[in-house]
Amino acid sequence: MDTEEIYREMANSIVSLDQEKAVHLANQALDESMDLLQVIEKGFGEGIRKVGDLWDEGEFFLPELMSGAQIMEKAVDIITPGLQSSGSERQSSGKVLLATIEGDIHSIGKTIVATMLKANGFQVVDLGTDVKAEKIVDEAIKGDIDIIGVSTLLTTTMVNQKKVIDLLNQKNIRNKFKVIFGGAPVTQGWVDECGADGYAENAVESVKLVKELIQ
Amino acid sequence: MGILRPKVTLLNEEYKKKIFEEATHILESLGVLIENKNAETLLKEVGVPNQNQRYFIPSDLVKKCLTYPPHEITMYDREGNPNLFLKEDKIHFDPGSAAIFILDEKTGEIREPLHQDFIRFTQIVDQLANIEAQSTSLVYSDVPKDAQDWHRLYTTLKYSRKPIVTGTFRKESFSIMNELLLTCRTSEKDLAEKPLAIFDACPSPPLSWSDLTTQSVIDAAERMIPSEFISMPMSGANAPITLIGSITQHCAESLAGVVISQLVKKGAPIIWGGSPAVMDMKHGTTPMGAIETMMIDIGDAEMGKFLNLPTHAYMSLSDSKIPDAQAGLEAGMGALLAGLTGINMISGPGMLDFESCQSIEKLLIDNEIAGMVKRFVEGIHDYGSPFAEDILKDYDQTNELLSHPSTLQLFRKELFFPSPILARMTRDQWKSTGSLSSRKRARLEINNLLAKPPQVELDASRSKELDKLSSEYLSSGKK
Ligand code: B12
Repeated sequence: MDTEEIYREMANSIVSLDQEKAVHLANQALDESMDLLQVIEKGFGEGIRKVGDLWDEGEFFLPELMSGAQIMEKAVDIITPGLQSSGSERQSSGKVLLATIEGDIHSIGKTIVATMLKANGFQVVDLGTDVKAEKIVDEAIKGDIDIIGVSTLLTTTMVNQKKVIDLLNQKNIRNKFKVIFGGAPVTQGWVDECGADGYAENAVESVKLVKELIQ
Repeated sequence: MGILRPKVTLLNEEYKKKIFEEATHILESLGVLIENKNAETLLKEVGVPNQNQRYFIPSDLVKKCLTYPPHEITMYDREGNPNLFLKEDKIHFDPGSAAIFILDEKTGEIREPLHQDFIRFTQIVDQLANIEAQSTSLVYSDVPKDAQDWHRLYTTLKYSRKPIVTGTFRKESFSIMNELLLTCRTSEKDLAEKPLAIFDACPSPPLSWSDLTTQSVIDAAERMIPSEFISMPMSGANAPITLIGSITQHCAESLAGVVISQLVKKGAPIIWGGSPAVMDMKHGTTPMGAIETMMIDIGDAEMGKFLNLPTHAYMSLSDSKIPDAQAGLEAGMGALLAGLTGINMISGPGMLDFESCQSIEKLLIDNEIAGMVKRFVEGIHDYGSPFAEDILKDYDQTNELLSHPSTLQLFRKELFFPSPILARMTRDQWKSTGSLSSRKRARLEINNLLAKPPQVELDASRSKELDKLSSEYLSSGKK
């Protein structure tokens, strides 16, 4: 098999949601000392982009999108140690921190957004639910984050989203991060009122928003 | 009652037993995560094995706890009259609760609700014959956030006599809400004997009870106030994709609620409710109007009946964004199926857009649906035979039966009378009144309903007491 063909196989393993094959090909890439950056970009990465397209076209549904993203993650996890030891690093599209704010335990929307972002090449740090603004800001500083995404589904906890902005302002580091909000009750009006950088109504829009902001 | 109580069933005895057995097994083997200290103490006291807040509830304990709660609950109105009977296959409707948006019928805009919107909403529900309970159905933004739960109860008590389905957003609010309810009763005992409000409590799928909701169950049980468990597995997202798996998970989560409430107080009133949804695999939304969602609701309620508990479900909702054909068909199907299942409390009228938006226009259309459903479940009456022969014998005398004594005597009993919202006029009449859609006719009804005085005026001293409590808590919240 020539290299191009292996890349195609890799892409196919993602599109056909064949985890076994993806894992096998990732290990093969390590064994054969292939160019690992290319393996991700031209191989598996091509696959996840195709999965995204199939989703856009209405061909794929959420379980397929999520599985595709997770298989992609597995493959990348196998390859990453090899990448690091070879001194090269995968070019991340950016690093996003996600959390559901303090007082709120709604997790599903945030998790879907996280998966979609990962599938699109972003590094995602997911802090889970019921997370205090202080913790979000601390982790953002520690994690060298580009974009902070704060989710809430409750009108009563929306105020806590604002705390994140207030804290960043207090610490004089507001301009270090873009901050985006999400969750059913969030509106552009609320984002403006808080001085956040944007909001998105669903996971697909979230990816578009993050891409826009990161440029 | 008619000859038969029309019914729909999706499970048989064999499967109800299987589901119940598996649900109790799940509680024993996988356990349930309890994030509330008080409930943890109660469970530890009876020796429930646990690890990292996960409690492995033995099935003996579940079965024992199931012997305590009442099989029926009577709800009383604000003035203390018996009003709703949550038992057997009796059905009652209340509006879908806690919408964070309202569809403004004047502008057509979907916007954040204000206190004034909720007042209007409550006043209208007060007038609707087929929606017998209120619910704290709008979350409005012009009160402080930490007052957003209890302030709705205050408003409902001010503007309507009907029993209320409500819930807390913060642990601290339960006692405030209890105080508000007590203004309408002579004592805690009186409130326990004549419950006026039901508190919704939602376990978190899968298999977990959050601090807030658990505390609501505990606070309610201590006071013998009814708790309504709203387990909401989302099939394929945080519950099995199979309908039967989701029903089983719902059963396990709800049984954990039964145990918590009965450990607090044996015999505490509880309602086996639910708001399950299948996940829309395209949009990542939780369609309440999906037929599979309704099927899970029915299965859940059948399990509640199997366990001899009063039942509830979120049905007669729609995911449409406006009161259009989709809204009518989804609400209609849901309401009828709920009625045919004999679900005691059916929450949903007015609601659009995945439980997030209330519309008064839809509420009024749903009031018609509810009326029809109530008529349907009465079934076909037998007034004695012959059923037709004697009446037909008389036909030749008048060449019509409109004036026949049997018609006069029974037409009000046999027929449900819709409001002008449903177009039963002739085409010419319809044209001459502006060729309006049902949505537009519903809009016209709104002002008529608002012009009516409340069904029962609130006693002046009680009103003052409520105002006093409200302003006290609003100002103490500010500090
Ligand atoms: C499922 C659910 C629950 C589950 C959550 C399970 C879980 N693990 O997540 C449980 C049962 C735990 C729950 C509990 C409660 N809930 Co609830 N819940 C819902 C429900 C039905 C669906 C939410 C959902 O998952 N939607 C599907 C996902 C995919 O959509 P999404 O979350 O909106 O996310 C999308 C977008 O918003 C966006 N997005 C989300 N996050 C982010 C973040 C960023 C940065 C970006 C850019 C975008 C983005 O992209 C996502 C993907 O498309 C909603 C109704 C609704 N229509 O929202 C009520 C709802 C949110 N809950 C409500 C309430 C009241 C509660 C409770 C207080 C009830 C109670 N008294 O017990 C508790 C609160 C507990 C707490 N402290 O948080 C109310 C809120 C009303 C209000 N005042 O705000 C709602 C609106 C229902 C209602 N009308 O009553 N709930």
